[in-house]
Amino acid sequence: MSIAPIVRTVEVKATPARAFELFAARMAAWWPRGKTIGKKPHVTVVMEPHAGGRWFERDAEGTETHWGKVLAWEPPGRLLLAWQINSQWAFDPDFLTEVELTFAPAAGGGTLVTLEHRDLERFGADAAAHAATLDGGWPTLLGGFAQYADTQT
Amino acid sequence: MAKSQTALDSFAALGDGTRRAIFERVAARPSAVGELARGLPVSRPAVSQHLRVLKEAGLVSETPDGTRRIYRLDPRGIAAMRDWLDAHWVSALDAFKDFADEQADQETPE
Repeated sequence: MSIAPIVRTVEVKATPARAFELFAARMAAWWPRGKTIGKKPHVTVVMEPHAGGRWFERDAEGTETHWGKVLAWEPPGRLLLAWQINSQWAFDPDFLTEVELTFAPAAGGGTLVTLEHRDLERFGADAAAHAATLDGGWPTLLGGFAQYADTQT
Repeated sequence: MAKSQTALDSFAALGDGTRRAIFERVAARPSAVGELARGLPVSRPAVSQHLRVLKEAGLVSETPDGTRRIYRLDPRGIAAMRDWLDAHWVSALDAFKDFADEQADQETPE
């Protein structure tokens, strides 16, 4: 079973190099509040600037909660991340989906930022693997969706 | 609301141990009723009944294969996950744009 990747674009005023820097190095400043997975609110989000670098959030007490890792660090044009947050919204080193960012010059001097989150069928396999446990993965992810759906009505 | 009702149905559908075992097997490999019943300590009609519940909950789907029906994981379950994740990225990229443009406005262009 293959699921179509999520592809989203947004245009920003900054140059590709600056947009790449703001995206990667200043993630804590713009990442939506409450959309992190640590037990306590994050004070920073760290993306180590090289292939193989870690990607994690850190709370006020210094506790680090991993999100994934950097697979390719190619400023100003491309950033490839491993999203290792599974269907239970927990970090799982054995779970890996790819998130690729590209930063392309736009007509007006800004940058077209394209995000692609792929390998989504792995969420299904992961959810099925958790389905036999008490807090089954499938109900968890559908529960999360239900909360989202309720905000849309 | 219809979608969240489905989510509640899914939760209830997996509340039964035998049903979870059937779901796991279907998730691991598309199977016919007979194959599923062979590995489980329940009758074939009982397996069919459980599959009906799983199907109504949107967790498995069936396709005909000659005289048999093959049950597999319903992609709609994953579609729900995808929708949720998609909405997450939309709000994250919107937030990124707001932040990046604010920074650009503060930096003197010339």
